[in-house]
Amino acid sequence: MIHFENVGKRYADGGEALSGINLQLDAGEMAFLTGHSGAGKSTMLKLIGLIERASYGQVIINGKNFSKLGRRHIPYVRRDIGIIFQNHQLLNDRTVFDNVALPLVIAGLPYRDIQRRVHASLDKVGLLEKERMLPLSLSGGEQQRVGIARAVVNKPPLLVADEPTGNLDPALSAEIMNLFAEFNQVGVTVLIASHDIDLITRMDKRVLVLDKGRLVDGAGEQGEVQP
Amino acid sequence: MARQATRRSPRRSATRLSSSEGILKRGASTSAMRRPHRKGWLRGYFKGHFQALFLSLGRVSRNPLSSLMTIAVIGIALALPAGLHVALKNVQGVSAGWEDAVQISLFLNQGIEAAEARRIAEKISAMPAIEEVVHVTPQQALGEFRQYSGFGDVLAVLDENPLPNVLLVRPTKAASEPLLVEPLLHELRNFSSVEMAQLDMEWLKRLYAIMAIGERGVLVLAALLALAVLLIVGNTIRLAIQNHRDEIEVQKLIGATDAFIQRPFLYSGLWQGVLGAMMAWLLVTLSLWLLQGPVQQLALLYSSNFSLGSLEPAGVLVVLSAGGLLGLLGAWLAVGRHLRDIEPT
Repeated sequence: MIHFENVGKRYADGGEALSGINLQLDAGEMAFLTGHSGAGKSTMLKLIGLIERASYGQVIINGKNFSKLGRRHIPYVRRDIGIIFQNHQLLNDRTVFDNVALPLVIAGLPYRDIQRRVHASLDKVGLLEKERMLPLSLSGGEQQRVGIARAVVNKPPLLVADEPTGNLDPALSAEIMNLFAEFNQVGVTVLIASHDIDLITRMDKRVLVLDKGRLVDGAGEQGEVQP
Repeated sequence: MARQATRRSPRRSATRLSSSEGILKRGASTSAMRRPHRKGWLRGYFKGHFQALFLSLGRVSRNPLSSLMTIAVIGIALALPAGLHVALKNVQGVSAGWEDAVQISLFLNQGIEAAEARRIAEKISAMPAIEEVVHVTPQQALGEFRQYSGFGDVLAVLDENPLPNVLLVRPTKAASEPLLVEPLLHELRNFSSVEMAQLDMEWLKRLYAIMAIGERGVLVLAALLALAVLLIVGNTIRLAIQNHRDEIEVQKLIGATDAFIQRPFLYSGLWQGVLGAMMAWLLVTLSLWLLQGPVQQLALLYSSNFSLGSLEPAGVLVVLSAGGLLGLLGAWLAVGRHLRDIEPT
């Protein structure tokens, strides 16, 4: 599902955020991406979400080689990846329902299907009764769950989350993580960037460790684990 | 999880779990649904446009004041050339009858009696190049002068009628050609009892020349104001794009195509243009209505039943489609320039 082959990312200011990353994450797997601030977690997720392009190497997600992807095709690739952002990225002038419905509206589904699937998705994250509210009137944890509902509403095969529990208390964090585990149980590949070591340890899943732009642990079958 | 369990009833947890399988069962395999199916492509296309049409109308109506300002500016910009066009059309309408009504005014010598004048009139109307001769006696002329000039009281001071007999000579259509009418004028001028012969043609030529300039001027003005409308709409849409920057970023992040994102903005431009054009039509109609009274008064002074013509249906259509097209084009230029700059970071 996620395949990195000798991937590096240099920014315009000369800093090298990632170097020589090799990674294989199979379909249906769930993994955590961890490391210190500035280790390259966000950059890696940005490469997966096509927000940034790799400076060298091959990023192949869901069978698509991103280095050969034209600008025109980016939207369609992004529809196959459910991304959950630390700052939620919700539209604050639209109701919870409209926020979650957006990926389906973009895909051009009929309204009846949209309603059914948004309700299913909101029910899943336990926010069905708040569908008419605006995001800013919800708590941080609830906003995060709206973001999750939006990410899964069009059934992407891959879920990527950037510090989804960043601002939440431990109990809420555990609740969110369990939600991801449930999605993984029904076959969705899940990759979560987090520095909450306690939580990651308790989840007992594969852990990828980044340090100064290099993958130092958990690279997978093709990855070279460096000392 | 413990907290979750205490908060929710077991029944509810159960439905949640089953619904999770419901919404994600196909998750790992399908991506076909996300690209619209070929068969439903056209329907989806129109549906998307339909949505954007109303979304953009909603945006226009959500900011009534600023939208109204923009629409008013567009309206005024379009009303100017449209109004001038209507004015020019009216002037052309008035003067259209004049061209084939070439008329020579023969002022007879002061001493000539009415009977003598009638005899001359008959003699002239017998000429082959003459269509009609109208004899205006001094009394008739005086009556008209009293009625229309407003100087009726002055006439009371005069001992006798100072006006001469006048023959209004209208040549046949064939003889009205500028090349033929000049010798005719010369011939009539040589009549012994004719004091003065006047051909009212030069001013008509000048009038037409002036109207041609006016027509060109309206075109130039229309082009300039069309450019202004383009810039107004472009700027409005640019601001709208900046105001929706966050929304555009989010839409791009979750897989919206450029076409999807730009559609509401294009329709906003279209709405503004069309509503501005309707405003222009309203302004022109209102102005004409205000002018109708005085113009009719003036027409009465020329003993004409002329009435001010308004913007013809074809003209309304031209103004509306020009407004719509300019709005769309302005929005398209703004979208093309500014939408690409916004990328999620």
